[in-house]
Amino acid sequence: MKTGGSLSIWFFIGLSLLVNGVLIFGTGLYELVYPPQDRVVLYALHAGIWWGGLLAILGAIYCYRFSPARERARNSV
Amino acid sequence: MKTALILADASGLVHLSTIDLVIIVFYFALVLAIGLYLKERANTGEDFFMAGREMTAWVAGLAFLSANLGSLELMGWAGNAYKYGILAAHWYWIGAIPAMLFLALVMMPFYHICKTHSVPGYLKLRFGEGSRALSSISFAFMTVLMSGINMYAMAVVMKVVLGWNIHVSILVSSITVAIYVALGGLRSAIFNEVLQFFLIWAGALLIPILGLVEAGGWSGLKAQILKNLTEQRVANPGAYTHAWSTLGNFTDNPMGINWVGIVFGLGAVIAMGYWTTDFLVVQRVLSAKDLRSAKLAPIIGAAFKMMVPFIVILPGLLGLALLRDPHTGSLLRLVPADLAWSDAGRAQGLHGFDEVLPLMLARYCGPGLLGLGITALIAGFMSGMAGNVSAFATVWTYDIYGALINKNASDEAKVRMGRWSTLVGVAISIGTAYLVVRSQSIMDYVQALFSFFIAPLFGTVILGMLWKRATPAGGFWGLFAGTISSIVMWAWVKVNPDAVKYVALSSQAQDQAQNMFRALWCWLICVVVTVVVSLVTKPKPDAELTGLVYGLTEIPQEEQVSLLHRPTFWAIVVGSVFVILQIIFW
Repeated sequence: MKTGGSLSIWFFIGLSLLVNGVLIFGTGLYELVYPPQDRVVLYALHAGIWWGGLLAILGAIYCYRFSPARERARNSV
Repeated sequence: MKTALILADASGLVHLSTIDLVIIVFYFALVLAIGLYLKERANTGEDFFMAGREMTAWVAGLAFLSANLGSLELMGWAGNAYKYGILAAHWYWIGAIPAMLFLALVMMPFYHICKTHSVPGYLKLRFGEGSRALSSISFAFMTVLMSGINMYAMAVVMKVVLGWNIHVSILVSSITVAIYVALGGLRSAIFNEVLQFFLIWAGALLIPILGLVEAGGWSGLKAQILKNLTEQRVANPGAYTHAWSTLGNFTDNPMGINWVGIVFGLGAVIAMGYWTTDFLVVQRVLSAKDLRSAKLAPIIGAAFKMMVPFIVILPGLLGLALLRDPHTGSLLRLVPADLAWSDAGRAQGLHGFDEVLPLMLARYCGPGLLGLGITALIAGFMSGMAGNVSAFATVWTYDIYGALINKNASDEAKVRMGRWSTLVGVAISIGTAYLVVRSQSIMDYVQALFSFFIAPLFGTVILGMLWKRATPAGGFWGLFAGTISSIVMWAWVKVNPDAVKYVALSSQAQDQAQNMFRALWCWLICVVVTVVVSLVTKPKPDAELTGLVYGLTEIPQEEQVSLLHRPTFWAIVVGSVFVILQIIFW
């Protein structure tokens, strides 16, 4: 699915989800260890951990699947 | 976590932490990097204005939807859901899905075969220069003015929600959009729109998930809304969670509208006009690499559009059920923005309808998640603005500059003009934003002005595509009469508010209901005038209409591909899900 340059749009999306996911996951873990004083509603569900983790996994899959190396190999076939 | 207040004062609704700011800065860096990366691939007119016509169905379809998902769309319709209940979902369902499927299956072949660069370009081929000039000039200027108004409204929301300085919000976001669109043209705008689409979902999807957990599911949410509205003695509290059953009478629902206005005004005219002729969205589909992709793109867009109420309408309904004053614990009642954002309103701690989405965001999202949610709102604004600016640059360059000012402009000159008109379009938008700062009534006028052109334009384009007898004179005078009649009806109600009972068939009609009926009447006037004038004027010979009109155009048969790759199959699937949703939320 080549849609521009040698980098696919899906690679950029993967990168964005991966970076945001890691940051949110890390922040969620930090809050688990050091609970904040002002807590959001449903804090006990620790949404940051599972939502951040989900985004990071999805982003990693996209980054791998549409990595520049794999795109080059696909385009050269 | 240390709270960072860069760019902000203490008056914001929510406060961002350092990690939130890192997420927002990363987003800005990424969209600029994409613009720089794609600069080398925007050297010809086809590249800059049409993204090389090589987009896949998925990319074109998601960009098609994303260009419409502005942040005001997100916050405004969440606010409308709080104000009108689930009736607001009609703007995502009957107000979008049939029109998007109609575009895919009926209209896309004509746009694709005639290889037009724009909707005004199609009007030129079908009806001549007069119709193109009328539609391109009105579209170009209204687009940048609307972009400026959205920019201002976004900056105000950022000030209210985050305490950000209005000037910083306007300049940072608009200059970023100007850079990446001017560098990479439509391809850059589309790439960023697809990225923004993902960020919008990633940032906003947690609200309905956590909200439904807190409310006890859909049945718990409905029960809580009924209880809260009954306590507050709101009329027809049950109407807030039923999409169709209260549309028998104008007085049975909070919008003051009946099914005729929703089905014919919204579904048959406004939605058809917007989704099939507004170049802001149609341009994305024109960039598709082949006819099958061009037909699939709006269907993919429709599939996701149907789901948008989950992240927009549901948070508004959750706000009705769950929002409480953090100090007193009593139910929080949101009010119109002009009251909430006045000095008196702020002093009393009032919140506007449009704040319901940020309020729900702040309710559930801690550091990191909050940054992603705010990024989703910013991404929404920027995708909408990039859509406006890239559509403006194309229409200006091809249909005004290339058609009226410099008819012999080379391809290179057009690309140069495209880059400059992108920057000028952003500058005009910024100017409009500051004009609105000085006089907010301008906002109402320009928004109304924009709506004057959409409904009649649909009448002209659809008759042009489906009726070969429509003549150039019929097309021009129909478009002109439809536009003028819309302006007259709007002015009539402004001067004499009692006239609403004639225009919208009910004195109870709210703004949205008035828009629906005004669109319906002006579309009918456009169609009648086009037909009458066409019947007394000379039509174009059939040979000149090949590729432009149904019956004189050989529509390519769908390729021999498997069922799962056929646009018609997926249109039936999406249409069926649409019908099921209407029954579930009847």
